Amino acid sequence: MEEKTFICTACPTGCKLNIRMEGEEVIKITGQRCSKGEVYGRQEAIAPQRMVASTVRVTNGFHPLLPVYTKGSIPKRKISEVLEKIRAVEVTAPVQAEDVIIANVIGTGVDVIASRDMPAR
Amino acid sequence: MQEKYDYIVIGGGVVGAMITRWLSRYEGKLLLIEKEEDIGMGSSSANTAIVHAGYDPLPGSLKALMNVKANPMWDQLAGELNFPFERRGDYVVAVGEEELPLVDKLMQQGIKNGVPGMMMISGEEMRSRERDINPEVSGALWASTGGICDPFQVTVAAAENAVMNGATVMLDTAFEDFIWEGNRIIGVKTNRGDFYARWVINSAGIYADAVMHKAGVRPEFFIKPRKGEYVIFDRAEVQIHNVLFPVPSSRGKGILVTTTLHENTIVGPNANVIDDKEDTSLTKEGLDELLEGAKKLIPSLNLRHSIANFVGLRPMGNGPCYTPGINYSNDYVIEIPGNVQGFVNLGGIESPGLTSAPAIAERVVNLMKDAGEEFTVKQDWDPIRPARPRFAHMTHDERRLLCDMDPRFGRVICRCENVTEGEIVAEIHAPVPALTYDAIKRRTWLGTGRCQGGFDMTRVVAILARELGVSPFEITKRGKSSEYLYRTTKDVEVADVD
Amino acid sequence: MLIKKQYDVVVIGSGPGGLAAAIEAKKGGADDVLVIERDVELGGILLQCIHNGFGLQTFKEDLPGPEYAQRYINEAKTLGITFLLDTMVMDVTSQRRLYLSSRDFGYLEVDAHAIVLAMGCRERTRAQVRIPGYRPNGVFTAGTAQRWVNVEGYMPGNRFVVLGSGDIGMIMARRLTFEGAHVERVLEIQSYLSGLSRNYVQCLDDWGISLQLRHTVKRILGKDRVEAIESVAVDDKWNYIPGTEEIIPCDTLLLSVGLIPENELSKKAGVALDPVTGGPFVDEHFQTNVPGIFAAGNVVHVYDLVDYVSLAGAEAGRSAAEFALAEKERSARYIPLIAGKNVRYIVPHKLDKKALEKGDISLQMRVTQPIEEDVWLDVHGENNSVVRRSERYVRPGEMVTIVLRSRMAAEVEKANSLTVDIYPKSEA
Repeated sequence: MEEKTFICTACPTGCKLNIRMEGEEVIKITGQRCSKGEVYGRQEAIAPQRMVASTVRVTNGFHPLLPVYTKGSIPKRKISEVLEKIRAVEVTAPVQAEDVIIANVIGTGVDVIASRDMPAR
Repeated sequence: MQEKYDYIVIGGGVVGAMITRWLSRYEGKLLLIEKEEDIGMGSSSANTAIVHAGYDPLPGSLKALMNVKANPMWDQLAGELNFPFERRGDYVVAVGEEELPLVDKLMQQGIKNGVPGMMMISGEEMRSRERDINPEVSGALWASTGGICDPFQVTVAAAENAVMNGATVMLDTAFEDFIWEGNRIIGVKTNRGDFYARWVINSAGIYADAVMHKAGVRPEFFIKPRKGEYVIFDRAEVQIHNVLFPVPSSRGKGILVTTTLHENTIVGPNANVIDDKEDTSLTKEGLDELLEGAKKLIPSLNLRHSIANFVGLRPMGNGPCYTPGINYSNDYVIEIPGNVQGFVNLGGIESPGLTSAPAIAERVVNLMKDAGEEFTVKQDWDPIRPARPRFAHMTHDERRLLCDMDPRFGRVICRCENVTEGEIVAEIHAPVPALTYDAIKRRTWLGTGRCQGGFDMTRVVAILARELGVSPFEITKRGKSSEYLYRTTKDVEVADVD
Repeated sequence: MLIKKQYDVVVIGSGPGGLAAAIEAKKGGADDVLVIERDVELGGILLQCIHNGFGLQTFKEDLPGPEYAQRYINEAKTLGITFLLDTMVMDVTSQRRLYLSSRDFGYLEVDAHAIVLAMGCRERTRAQVRIPGYRPNGVFTAGTAQRWVNVEGYMPGNRFVVLGSGDIGMIMARRLTFEGAHVERVLEIQSYLSGLSRNYVQCLDDWGISLQLRHTVKRILGKDRVEAIESVAVDDKWNYIPGTEEIIPCDTLLLSVGLIPENELSKKAGVALDPVTGGPFVDEHFQTNVPGIFAAGNVVHVYDLVDYVSLAGAEAGRSAAEFALAEKERSARYIPLIAGKNVRYIVPHKLDKKALEKGDISLQMRVTQPIEEDVWLDVHGENNSVVRRSERYVRPGEMVTIVLRSRMAAEVEKANSLTVDIYPKSEA
């Protein structure tokens, strides 16, 4: 039996959640003040997810970097891998906001997309 | 690298810069060496910026002589070199009846020193001249010949005028030793090579003792750094109109509250003798001391409104006063030593050093003349160092004309102090160039406002890199080892999440 | 690009507050809307806030800052709003005249029927927090570091300590970690987190970055560059607790110690500021005490969510457009009074045509030369006569008065200007 505690980030309130687990199974969640907290607690205990935002290098762009983000959340334990993939990329301007920079990054089913337009220099 | 000069000046503070400027009037190859990456980075840019009236130094001392001689020289100097200077006069404020005799004594001392334009005013009069003054003010000494300047601008302007008249200024050039021929100094060894000269002038500020000892001169003379800390107040919150001294104590002139030519109010300095000549750190105790001292004059001062601090080290020397009958051992050393040839020696030029600088320069030249040096005035000597445009001080119409002339003056880089790209570029390419962020800051006052560089920093780094033709990674705040940027963002791998 | 002398609404700042204001002003009927931005592109501070968390209310999406801005930028561009980039507003008067400076357009004067102030905030700096020590390089506000890291592509250090648990500090702690730097510690002088708990989880807790509440920086070590900071615990009065000092080696200290609404321009325009918020006193339309000058966004007070900034900007923009249109309509009703033959001057210099409906208006004037015979005092428009009466003489020493009566309103209405001529009847 294991107990994990998290601060819920489903809304700004930040309830302190207490998750009791048996192996990979959630037995009980306490501390939440709404149903969103229960959903968050369950996910966070079993397979925490995060959105990732970073930048990629741009050639011939108005700026040397283009901000990008994952359109959806990816498993928290894969963040470093995703960041490495992002680091290896170099795009060429012009780029539009929401252009796919890396499709289905490391098989997560989530695309890494551009956060803004980046015109050519 | 070996080069032959006629005169070499060691030390690019205000005194060294003035001496170089005075010498640049005459024929002869002239070199000023400065160990830092900019001129005037020692005491010259970290002081109260006051051109003293001259009532404070001990009558009969060289300090008093130099102060009173120099004070009237400043009008012409400011006109020629175009630095900010105002004769605003200053006040020594007596708080409480018991301080009045002390202030009067100061006035008598001033009269002895030959200081003109002084008078005692009543407490009521003082209150009418400075609204927020301590209500217990009982009177004040009003010395109308006191002035305020921008001490760094003075130093830069003097050095630039010297360069315009043919002098060479070498920054990042540190004196290491003398080169001898018998008992004659014929040059200096530096970290950038040997340089030869017929005369070498020691104007090394806080290190003047180390330099003179290398010449075997005055082994008993020592300089102890006396730390002076300062607080600068936001001009939007604190408006003091005058230069206000407290009654002096044995430790010095005391903690002033004074307006500056940038319209900020500064409080300081305290005076604590330390050991480390490189210790310009601000201390919490010092801050407390400053505020306590300042509240004596302006009780409403609140550290909440402080916007910056700085620290200066005064080169306090133990030079004896040679006037018969005067028992004083903190006087200036300005001499041609008897035991060494080709050497002019200065030491212990603390307050009123800034004020005295032009008189000291003149004295150095006279000493050299007395020692047989023949000076020929240059035919094309130009005493004028033209002012460069200051966008912040211009009217709307003047700004429009300036922008039409050069569009770079239209691009405002420092939002708080209204400094434009055109001005920054001009300083980077000036006769004594600004090569670092702080060097530009000292010249233009950029980055000293409310946001303390928050907006302009990234832009100035980019402009410096562009104008100097170097990578942004080489741009520093104040010379080597103070770089801003370490690498590009994509160079390094990320650590794993736990 | 042709820059006009007069705009209906001028917006200072193209961050979320300014863009929303400009868009709503244009939609609200203001024809000429100008946005002035000191940076080289639109978007304001959002451009460097590349993390998610923006737009949950406005777009029901979790967007990064630049994309939130992009949505507004795209809309603003379709509406025909004029943008001046790389341009600094140097002065604003209470008469709504702006002085602008830029490399591309020079130094300009522009008048506005209404202004929206949307200059945002600046960061509180180290000096105001009064940390003793040297002044080595490597002490930056989190926002300055953010610009370097996210926009210009430079890392201003390798090992960081963050002072302040504000959102910007926590966000940067994660950002720097993502780019391969080490964040040693986050210190917070209060006993509580300064920013959102979500950021604590996702920026500090996720990455094992230790947060110490009730701690601050006692000293900064290093002369040319930061070498370490000395942290210390504090009591609830912020006094140092002796014996709790710790030297933390690092090369950069990031300050995230608060935002201050940037109101220097507001002061110049005579806008009264609330010392508690640091921003202008405003009513429910975000109008300041100066008629026609509005303020929206972080310049008014520090917001938590950008979505609310946009709402405020929209309201301010809407109200600014309304004010501008009323102003225009009002000033269109004014016609000049022209001193004609033998008239040296007339007061008033201009009059509101509609004012005559409410009552008589006296015109007072003086003649240039004496005429010692019967004269006509003749008030007329370009093509019509308004009133003509006679006097036995006129002399420069005696003021002459002509009264415009309500019944003359119809004739005055036809004119774009009124001229008064005074001449001898014999010449008529």
